[in-house]
Amino acid sequence: MRSKRPFSLRNLAIGAAAAILLAGTVSAPARAGGTLRVGMTAADIPLSWGQPDQGFEGFRFMGLMLYDGLINWDMSSADKASGLIPGLAESWSVDEADKTKWTFKIRKGAKFHDGSEFDADAVLWNFDRLFDKDSPQYSARMASLVNFRIPSLVYDADTNTKGWKKIDSHTVEFTTKSPDSFFPYQICYILMSSPAQFEATGSDWNKFAQNPSGTGPWKLTQIVPRERAEFVPFKEHWDETRQPKLDKVVTIPIPDPNARTAALLSGQVDWIEAPAPDAIPRLEERGMVMSSNLYPHVWSWHLSRVEGSPWNDIRVRKAANLAIDRDGIVSLLGGYAVKASGHVSPADPWYGSPSFKLEYNPDAAKALLAEAGFGPDNPVKVKMMISASGSGQMLPLPMNEYMQQNLAEVGIEVEFEVMEWQSLLDRWRAGAKAEQAQGANGINVSYTTQDPYSSFTRFLRCDLHAPAGVNWGYHCDAEMDELLNNASLAFDPVERDGWLAKVHTREVDNALFLWVVHDVAPRAMTKQVKGFIQARNWFQSLTPVSME
Amino acid sequence: MLNYIIRRVLYVIPIGLGVTVLVFALVHMSPGDPLSAVVPPDAPEEMVQDLRKAYGFDKPLPVQYVTWLGRVLVGDLGVSVARGREVVEELRIAVPNTFILAAGGTLLGFTLGAILGGIAGFFQGRWIDKLATSIAITGVSVPHYWLGLVLVIIFSVEMNVLPSIGMGPGGSTAWEWDAEHMRHLVLPVITLAVIPMGLITRTVRATVAEILNQEFVQALHAKGLFQRQVLAHIVRNAAPTTLAVMGLQLGYLLGGSILVETVFQWPGTGSLLNSAIFERDLPLLQGTILVLAMFFVLLNLIVDILQSAIDPRMSRR
Repeated sequence: MRSKRPFSLRNLAIGAAAAILLAGTVSAPARAGGTLRVGMTAADIPLSWGQPDQGFEGFRFMGLMLYDGLINWDMSSADKASGLIPGLAESWSVDEADKTKWTFKIRKGAKFHDGSEFDADAVLWNFDRLFDKDSPQYSARMASLVNFRIPSLVYDADTNTKGWKKIDSHTVEFTTKSPDSFFPYQICYILMSSPAQFEATGSDWNKFAQNPSGTGPWKLTQIVPRERAEFVPFKEHWDETRQPKLDKVVTIPIPDPNARTAALLSGQVDWIEAPAPDAIPRLEERGMVMSSNLYPHVWSWHLSRVEGSPWNDIRVRKAANLAIDRDGIVSLLGGYAVKASGHVSPADPWYGSPSFKLEYNPDAAKALLAEAGFGPDNPVKVKMMISASGSGQMLPLPMNEYMQQNLAEVGIEVEFEVMEWQSLLDRWRAGAKAEQAQGANGINVSYTTQDPYSSFTRFLRCDLHAPAGVNWGYHCDAEMDELLNNASLAFDPVERDGWLAKVHTREVDNALFLWVVHDVAPRAMTKQVKGFIQARNWFQSLTPVSME
Repeated sequence: MLNYIIRRVLYVIPIGLGVTVLVFALVHMSPGDPLSAVVPPDAPEEMVQDLRKAYGFDKPLPVQYVTWLGRVLVGDLGVSVARGREVVEELRIAVPNTFILAAGGTLLGFTLGAILGGIAGFFQGRWIDKLATSIAITGVSVPHYWLGLVLVIIFSVEMNVLPSIGMGPGGSTAWEWDAEHMRHLVLPVITLAVIPMGLITRTVRATVAEILNQEFVQALHAKGLFQRQVLAHIVRNAAPTTLAVMGLQLGYLLGGSILVETVFQWPGTGSLLNSAIFERDLPLLQGTILVLAMFFVLLNLIVDILQSAIDPRMSRR
């Protein structure tokens, strides 16, 4: 409820006088027992209607708190790569005779926050919400946030052919365009909103967003745009192991890293995401606890392979990879990064066994460049598009300048085209051949490696260049396409991972990117925060967390 | 007089239309796709086109302008693309928050400025004048955001006596005029007050110095009035100029300070503009700028009418 805001000159005068007097008073920050206050990096509360915005932070602090997917991510361990586990589907299997058909057995007894039952009809309703423009619940905005993550699913608007079908009240069949073993990784991004609540809120998604209802372990109790969202445990959540220990979670958007640090040090929040690296020693000195872990992220240069690009020569690509002092860059980041050995880390089941090692060896780099016909009088000249900031970009300016110096030392001259983050993304979507690229030979956009499609397919498959996809550099290699096809046709997880390891091995051995570091997602919290397990995932669970 | 007021009110119509054209053109002339910040980076072009159509960005700009103007005339500023919320509702929350901050900043700036300026004017050339003038120059020269950050480091991070962000423990919707909320107001108000304080100090100093040299002050002294009685006359004479400057500063601060509101996470119009710019949220951006611009148009109207009431020569022009 909105409180009264009496406003008069008298009140204002009293208020201002009190404020001046209070400037000198000392009072300890207030603390509610069992309440965790989180300072997010987002500039606003993520959309709460089902599919969140604000990237993966939106999933972390809104989507996966209020909602479940049919398949969830396992966030129970900090020691192993985070995989897929049953969510609102108890099990799923592919049809042995027709591998485009998937059968999902829906969990019985799962309820939405509004008390309505989750069943096969709710699944169909949620997919219609994203694809069927004639359905009352269709939302173009919501569709734009997630449909690209599920490219395999069949949907033809002209014939209204849908790749989702109810078999019985607790069984749903999905159809993919072609056999695709990556499908479970795609469907886990689709979060299930309540049809009953949509109706109760006048079939208006904006009203639904104020009073959302999912099946997740947290319920939203308050949302103040740009200021805060408050969550309390959903006691009837179907998974007892994910019953929240806290009484309440408050998420606060604080996009500026200095403001986040100040908010933590002044006791206004208990936890902050991504503190600035140079603030970490200060935070530790003041008794804050740092949490970090490797997760599926890579900071790299995406190289152009269009005609005339110097990166078309594998010797130049390898030389650049050997010229980078990754230890120095990790130091620059306060130690909160891991040197890259490829697109994914060696701890990843898809790493494989590449023979090309990403070590710092300027002499070997110079030798490769000499072999390719370059030397001190004839340096390689490249133009790179970079941003001054951006989601997952870590410290793009100092990191790129460090690399520029490293590369200059071996004979690669780098010119930067620095732009604002959204402009960089516009150019990324457009591809290396587009006019906006202005002849750039590379682009610095950090990437998720959370699932096979995001890690490999979208960058490596010949047919996924602009406008069909984000193979920005127009890389094309028939043998790589074959490996990717084999991986998507391998329905046994071990076999599939084996093919993906071959994809990655080939990718590294051909030095297709200039890989630098993996982020470790540092977050700082007070000593009172207990029980957090930082999974090797972009998403995290707050259910085991408690306040001492 | 009445004719003047009617004429002046009628002027607001073409001015308002001009403002809408300017706001719409400026916002649409800025580079970048209005949807690029709200759709994920690898959303397919087809999906982006669907969304473009849903928001009407596929239509020619003149058509978009007329449609927008039609809605504005009935009080509908549209829906934020990024947030899905009504722009009017966003402004309903943000404008009072900025008003609280602006009023606090103006009051503090005016009080300090009037005191310092008065002292400096009375004691021209003395050390206290130099001190007050130095403070005033520092006030107008120090960047807002830098001062804000320094205050946060000193009072929030090091001394831990004042909060660094927000409007209170429960956000702006739970705002109360109590001690806890006042603590949240202290640092942003001080940061916002330094420029008005500097400007008003210099204005008051110059005005007081000028008045002191006028013959009527000598006459007052010659009449044998006490110093405080003379002072009352000086204050009365200096007031119109000082109030005019204060009014301008209030208007300026009401526009919302993007930097101060961003540093302190104050949920006002400055903060709203900041997020609208970064998210390229055109409906929110043009709605906010329009409301702020119209606010200035109306403020000018009120000032003009008041001036004509005080000085009849104005209305005869």
